[in-house]
Amino acid sequence: MSAEFDITETLDVKGASCPMPVVKTKSAIDDLAEGAVLEVVATDPGSVSDIDGWAAGTKGVELVDQEEGDDVYRHYVRKTE
Amino acid sequence: MSTDTPGASADGAPSRAELAARVGELEDALAEATTEGDARKMSIVATKGTLDMAYPPLILASTAAAFGYDVTVFHTFWGLDILHEERSKNLKLSSVGNPNMPVPNAVAALPGMDRVTTKMMERRIEGNDTATIEELVETSLDMGVEFQACQMTIDLIGYDENNFYDGVTTGVGAATALQDMADADIQLLV
Repeated sequence: MSAEFDITETLDVKGASCPMPVVKTKSAIDDLAEGAVLEVVATDPGSVSDIDGWAAGTKGVELVDQEEGDDVYRHYVRKTE
Repeated sequence: MSTDTPGASADGAPSRAELAARVGELEDALAEATTEGDARKMSIVATKGTLDMAYPPLILASTAAAFGYDVTVFHTFWGLDILHEERSKNLKLSSVGNPNMPVPNAVAALPGMDRVTTKMMERRIEGNDTATIEELVETSLDMGVEFQACQMTIDLIGYDENNFYDGVTTGVGAATALQDMADADIQLLV
């Protein structure tokens, strides 16, 4: 992947299932500064749709990218305000 | 008759200046209404205390909190067990009345069968790394979800208010729940 953004922090939610990937992502993003990008590493296949939906419906965050690897899903969320 | 005369025109229609002032007022009111309701609200009424029925209100409450919603969950009747610190760790799954269970109802009604199906579900919850009820309650509280325990059913069932999780609101009734529902963007009964 071409690095168009720098990862500020990585959150490991491997193993966790709904609703924890979204809930933990929210908590982690709260602790970051504006402009920061959080990498979320999950194994829950539902996290692809859930984090996308959460980012779309939540003020102050933006989904920058999502990657599906071998049973691991990586989500990149930027804090915009 | 000239149309740009200030003040009311001869036929009693409002003048351009009056209309402009009125539009300004309405724009201010609209701006206030749309920014004041910044935080969206969700109101859930939780009435069930079986293991399977305890999950939906907690999952939706914590997720809505992650979206930035102000969330209130009003617990009544067996829904109180979700807020009861000890009972919430031992919620049971009924093996009777659910035709999707792998055992026929006639067998499911035998003594001890609820314990068997509950153990089965608990093992699956553990194996799937699904959050426990306790974890979901604690997480929701951390995220600012307001859990309310219906006073009438606390007294009816005979629970001690000190046995609820710290942070649970007691001393509330239907009017409180109704007020929350009236203010909420999403209202659910579980």
